[in-house]
Amino acid sequence: MLKVKNLKKSFGSFQAVKGISFEVGKGEVLGFLGPNGAGKSTTMRMITGFLPPSDGTAEICGHDILLDPVGAKSCIGYLPENAPSYRTMTVTDFLTFIAKVRGFTGAEVKSKVEAALEKAQLTTVRGQTIETLSKGFRQRTCFAQAIIHDPKVLIMDEPTDGLDPNQKFVVRKMIREMAEDKAIIVSTHILEEVDAVCTRALIIAHGEIKADGTPNELRAKDPSGELDVVFRKLTMNGEEAANV
Amino acid sequence: MFNCKNVKTIFQREFKSYFDSPVAYVFLVAFLVLIGFLTFGVAMYYERRQANLMPFFFWHPWVYLLLIPAVTMGLWSEERRSGTIELLLTLPITLTEALVGKFLAAWAFIGIALGLTFPVVATTAWLGDPDGGAVFCGYFGSLLLAGACVAIGVFASALSRSQVIGFVIALAICFLMLIIGFDPVINAVANWGVPSKIVDAVASCSLMQHYDAMRRGVVDLADIGYYVGVMVFMLAAAKLVTERGK
Repeated sequence: MLKVKNLKKSFGSFQAVKGISFEVGKGEVLGFLGPNGAGKSTTMRMITGFLPPSDGTAEICGHDILLDPVGAKSCIGYLPENAPSYRTMTVTDFLTFIAKVRGFTGAEVKSKVEAALEKAQLTTVRGQTIETLSKGFRQRTCFAQAIIHDPKVLIMDEPTDGLDPNQKFVVRKMIREMAEDKAIIVSTHILEEVDAVCTRALIIAHGEIKADGTPNELRAKDPSGELDVVFRKLTMNGEEAANV
Repeated sequence: MFNCKNVKTIFQREFKSYFDSPVAYVFLVAFLVLIGFLTFGVAMYYERRQANLMPFFFWHPWVYLLLIPAVTMGLWSEERRSGTIELLLTLPITLTEALVGKFLAAWAFIGIALGLTFPVVATTAWLGDPDGGAVFCGYFGSLLLAGACVAIGVFASALSRSQVIGFVIALAICFLMLIIGFDPVINAVANWGVPSKIVDAVASCSLMQHYDAMRRGVVDLADIGYYVGVMVFMLAAAKLVTERGK
């Protein structure tokens, strides 16, 4: 469903992403792990068509993001970092706007909005402006816009960042419920997320893939069997590791 | 590929967003008070004892100069500041559709403000017998001038995430584009000994010169073409800047 082919991105002389390739199939939840500044968000922004890659491309449900950006974007649901949304709009108006841009018309708009409100558990705040909502509700509102068109590929950039344990539980439950018929990428630097939702994880550091496998395969990379030890070993450079 | 339905959806959201806060109402009141004061107070509308709208249309460029940057300054800069640009540009729409939708929304908003000046026309019609064609031409020219200023504002807003910078740059560009065709400035430059061909060539690029003909009741295709050209150029520049600044 999603093929990432040798994606590279440079900002001036700084190479943020140094050639990343991977595939995600239906039913997979890929954890995109890495420390801050590893290139996770940049990679996701290239896959979703927000940033043009310096080299390489991504193919979403057969649509190349560079050659057919509109076709590719229509197959993707994207929850950007910090869950941005138009804060002066009400939750319903915001989702109605997204549904219309996603190509729905007439009664279909209303039914899609209702379904998204239901799935993201937003019915109680539907008439409130987004700026009056708590962080958890704002996150879920942005999550609702990402799933409103029932996308085949769902990409979420740190979906549980800054949420309290209850809100994290709700978001993770929603991800697991949708995993069956979608290809999902979840970027995070919270390792507990891997066990909570991911079927496979990819560790990225300094713009490169350092490891790719199931959570258990990754654990096996260190005798301790602990994911955070493996994570540190793979993502810290020699100098950083020596100082620990 | 250009999908008008997407433009319409962006337009509706942007247009409605003006009325989600008091900004729209403050703007409309400020616009009408300023236009009214300049027409009736400064330009001595009644004292002239002529039933035409010349003193009314005369002030439009200067009112636009001050108020249009305020309407357009947040169009892109706010999207950048709040991060919604990432949401908007990962939806299945093109950047051109988003730009055109935003531009049309701001232009339509100015159009409403202009439409609300109808009491000035009604007053003139009550006092005398103004030339309907000239009134239409004046409004048409004013709307085109507003469109060009809005396009400049869209471009300025795309330059940074700061609304203040967007406002100041839009104001500076609009001021420059107006002043190079303002008669007192043209005369002053000509008196410095600058060849008249150069003065005329520069003045012909001004927003003011093309508006002057229309506010006097003359509509020329070249003037319409000029304003459309400015709008297209500025929106293309805004597209380039947005693509580079992502």
